[in-house]
Amino acid sequence: MTNALSKMIETREWILTDGATGTNLFNMGLTSGDAPEMWNEEHPDRIRALYKLAVDAGSDLFLTNSFGGNASRLKLHNAEKRARELSRIAAELGRDVADAAGRPVVVAGSVGPTGDIFAPMGPMTHELAVEIFHEQAEGLKEGGADVLWLETISAPEEYKAAAEAFRLADMPWCGTMSFDTAGRTMMGVTSAQMVEMVEALPNPPLAFGANCGVGAADLLRTVLGFTAAGVERPVIAKGNAGIPKYVDGHIHYDGTPELMAEYACLARDAGAKIIGGCCGTMAEHLAAMHEALSTRPKRGRPTLETIAEGMGGFSSANDGTGEGEDPESMRTRGRRRRK
Amino acid sequence: MSDDQDDIILADLDDDELVQQMYDDLYDGMKEEIEEGVNILLERKWTPYDILTQSLVGGMTIVGNDFRDGILFVPEVLLAANAMKGGMNILKPLLIETGAPRMGKLVIGTVKGDIHDIGKNLVAMMMEGAGFEVVDLGINNPVENYIDTAKAEGADIIGMSALLTTTMPYMKIVIDTMVEHGIRDDYFVFVGGAPLNEEFGKAIGADAYCRDAAVAVETAKEFIARKHNQAQA
Repeated sequence: MTNALSKMIETREWILTDGATGTNLFNMGLTSGDAPEMWNEEHPDRIRALYKLAVDAGSDLFLTNSFGGNASRLKLHNAEKRARELSRIAAELGRDVADAAGRPVVVAGSVGPTGDIFAPMGPMTHELAVEIFHEQAEGLKEGGADVLWLETISAPEEYKAAAEAFRLADMPWCGTMSFDTAGRTMMGVTSAQMVEMVEALPNPPLAFGANCGVGAADLLRTVLGFTAAGVERPVIAKGNAGIPKYVDGHIHYDGTPELMAEYACLARDAGAKIIGGCCGTMAEHLAAMHEALSTRPKRGRPTLETIAEGMGGFSSANDGTGEGEDPESMRTRGRRRRK
Repeated sequence: MSDDQDDIILADLDDDELVQQMYDDLYDGMKEEIEEGVNILLERKWTPYDILTQSLVGGMTIVGNDFRDGILFVPEVLLAANAMKGGMNILKPLLIETGAPRMGKLVIGTVKGDIHDIGKNLVAMMMEGAGFEVVDLGINNPVENYIDTAKAEGADIIGMSALLTTTMPYMKIVIDTMVEHGIRDDYFVFVGGAPLNEEFGKAIGADAYCRDAAVAVETAKEFIARKHNQAQA
């Protein structure tokens, strides 16, 4: 089955996605604490402007303003009943901008985490998560999204539940996890374990990868981990524009457009096909990334040293995939087995 | 590992062995076994305070260190904290009854505008696991929630959490308000959350930035010990 993204994957060497949604919306006047998804209805002009920022900077694909548009997140704003509708509008606005671009641009329906921890440690169950994701998926589909785009996931249970929901909605999809804890996701998943999980899914994504996390260096190490696992499936790299710093009462990401341009090339060298930014990545970063990917030649696979030189150091010595030294447990005895 | 490990009878172990076994059971998140261990030590006339500090806090320290070092991750820590809670539920009334020394009290919540609470919940659980009293303010807290509750509860520490770069600056508003009210030095202020760093903590005038829940516990212990030493000096 072909779709706008699968066609692009077949014909293109690299695909540039968008950058930050939140950082841009706050610049447009969103107040912290408000649900960005409400703007789909209240300020459609600003959401179109957000999408257009990415398209005009050269992005081939952008994510819709629906990251927190699932019932579980919207509940915190007393809008849990509006998940399908707000997601539909997010995609409709995206369709407007993409269809007016004059070149193929993919509308990717963003689906973020539920924010709840799965049972037995937390309240979320597989069935409930599938239901929540399915509802949002149907809204994005109705609104005309080309693909669904799961992002910033930590728990394998949640990734699998979303995959099942997207199968129910009969939609092609992509899915990235966030590796922010010593090179793993918060729930302990390594890059290699993600590959294993993705390849075992009954309806695997068109592409998979990493987004957000710590800085650009860590994200590239994760991409190396994916490609080292020998996977054929296209890899997505969507890293933050450096690290947030506090300057004069505001938060500023320290990654320059030049740094993100080099990051984009390193991501391609490391084997990523779909490349973009996450938090702090603005239109000027995207334009620099587009320029660099278009003009600079592809190099060989980078080493960890090359990445550290170009992007700054890693947040941990090890990412759990066997590179670097394993940390040693403080535990002195063996594991007791359950009866 | 041999099969006979399945059949450990806690009551047959001597005190040292039992405490070691409780360390392991905490590590493995075995709640019923921890409750049983606590009850056995109570029968053996251990004081509630000794059980707390020597068996439970000792075990959670290992969990915390392995979490800090990237060996354990959130799911394992949540299970361990849950097991710890089982033991604490038995000990809590007894600790109050026996007038045991208090570890300290923490008031914690995510700041105004921030509804992301997984990190905050982890810190609350690990702090409870370390024997601290925790007052959880939940999400989206304006400055008065922190200040009023800290005052009413006689807290030692105010903990603020933020996941968004747009909500981080609110932490400074809380600290500045405390300064205005002349109560800044009555409490230790700890900050944490995914996008924060050491430099940010210093810039806004917090006492400490805590990278993760394990670091929060260590930092709290350090500050409280320092406070006690100063009180005695």
